[in-house]
Amino acid sequence: MIASTNDKNCVVKPVALNKLQLCLAVIAVLITAFAGLVFGPADLGMRAVIQELLNRLPLVDFDSGLSSRQQAILFEIRLPRVVLGLLVGSMLATAGGAYQGVFRNPLADPYLLGVAAGAGFGATLAIVSGIGDGLGFLDPVPLAAFAGALIAVALTYTVGSGRGRLDQVTSLVLAGVAVASFFTAVQTFVQQRESETIRQVYFFVLGQLRTAGWDEVTLLAPYTLICITVIFLARRHLDVLTVGDEEAGSLGLNVRRMRLVIVVAASLGTAASVAVSGLIGFVGVIVPHAIRLIFGSSYRVIIPLTIFFGGAFLVIADLVARLILQPAEIPIGVVTAFLGAPFFVVVLRTAWKN
Amino acid sequence: MKAIDCKNVSVTLGGYEVLKGIDLEVEVGGWTTIVGPNGAGKSTLIRATGGIIKSSGNIKIIDKNVQDLKHRELAKFVAVVSQKPIIPMGMRVMDYVLLGRISHLGFFESEGERDVETVVLSLESLDASHLSDRFVGTLSGGEKQRVVVARALAQSSPVLLLDEPTTALDMGHQQETLELINQLRVERNLTVLATMHDLTLAGRYSEHLAMLVGGKIVAEGSAEEVLTESLVSSHYGARVKVIDDKDGPIVVPLPS
Repeated sequence: MIASTNDKNCVVKPVALNKLQLCLAVIAVLITAFAGLVFGPADLGMRAVIQELLNRLPLVDFDSGLSSRQQAILFEIRLPRVVLGLLVGSMLATAGGAYQGVFRNPLADPYLLGVAAGAGFGATLAIVSGIGDGLGFLDPVPLAAFAGALIAVALTYTVGSGRGRLDQVTSLVLAGVAVASFFTAVQTFVQQRESETIRQVYFFVLGQLRTAGWDEVTLLAPYTLICITVIFLARRHLDVLTVGDEEAGSLGLNVRRMRLVIVVAASLGTAASVAVSGLIGFVGVIVPHAIRLIFGSSYRVIIPLTIFFGGAFLVIADLVARLILQPAEIPIGVVTAFLGAPFFVVVLRTAWKN
Repeated sequence: MKAIDCKNVSVTLGGYEVLKGIDLEVEVGGWTTIVGPNGAGKSTLIRATGGIIKSSGNIKIIDKNVQDLKHRELAKFVAVVSQKPIIPMGMRVMDYVLLGRISHLGFFESEGERDVETVVLSLESLDASHLSDRFVGTLSGGEKQRVVVARALAQSSPVLLLDEPTTALDMGHQQETLELINQLRVERNLTVLATMHDLTLAGRYSEHLAMLVGGKIVAEGSAEEVLTESLVSSHYGARVKVIDDKDGPIVVPLPS
């Protein structure tokens, strides 16, 4: 048998995601997604939702009793919104986990290198200039946000990657601070000059899954799937990076290249998410840390679980955002912090006791 | 055949020339220890030889140019145990030693049975199998050192570079670690280049010594040739007495 044994003759295997953890993660996604479909201002009924979903399978035909309007609510409003929540939540949480690994910094979130500030600036410019008004078919806000986010990260990477006295990690993080401050300053300046659009900008900054339809989902899905796959494949390398750049290099890892690959994947995915859903904070910090505290510190476990729980967390947060003041909605960014912070404190306290 | 061949190696760090034209050769299966006072450039020489930092001149490991090799290829030829390894607190010994296998895997690959087997054997050969399930952060200094060496062994590379492998250890553990490394060197025909502060210990375990002072090698040869009263006292600024013993010279500090 290939495994080492210790004094008590018990087998020690390398850390890996086990089936129970994976089952838990899948169940969390299924339950939250189902809740996201069932609950909302219009009462559809749990049973009818199940029957309608089953009807989508071949050779199944139930009479759910839902009217065509109710079916449209289910399939054209709630389902895309749940799927969008899963995609954005997964992406932000996974990107956060990846950033924490690549920068060996527990406070790193997907916005560390200026994605948020860049996106905020791009979106504000688009909103203020009103270039999309009347176009209808093409909303320039997400495009501008996406472009702004990528420009900010590219700038951070260019400024922070020189070979100097600082190590690459410190220098990138500092460059990120500088770039983010600059973009935030310019954004605030533009926003203040055009005060009548301040409300729209404010909504973007607090994040929303509200306008979700299938268009946003099809726009976002390819980015999310590719970026998450790249980070998933790099999970082993994130573990290697925990021993520092120098040792990781002598173990055979091309640290700079691997860092670039992971940062590009995490930033691209984050930029795409932000473009569609605005700046949803906290998911990228809370979810990977909660998983780390509960399931251990190996990225082989953290990354796959974060992909699932990140999505589930955002769907729950969105549900709360929809229901708490219904029929009005509160920005989802408020909910992620409001739910996330106390939950995180509980996990942290429990981890201390253990 | 030479396992390590340094020719005219110089390293400049932060505008200061730390190594100045080093020539050093180590035969396959040999053990050479670099001794020298603090700041002589010992660690820099290890890091340059391991390809961790850039150097001018020429460094060959088993006839391959270090500067030409990619990270992964280099790690298959040479394993480095650094002076102060970073210990990831929440990682278990099994997973820590498994990091040594990364150079044998492609981007899409994950560790297979062969890699786990190599790790198990590495831990076994360092008498550390019982630590497999412990967290690296909870180990004692001696245990930690053995686990770090086990990770280097798991790389399955023929050349081992050890930067102060015994500094943090008490006398018993120093002996134990060096014995184990020596045993492995003989069994697996490994080549060892180490740095050490304890001169007597360095003389006992290495076949060849090189004294590095101010970035230059000032003396080289057997322990008897390098560990002389005049060389040690002049270059270390220390008052010492060297006692000839049949197993090698004993360097004793003298009070004023």
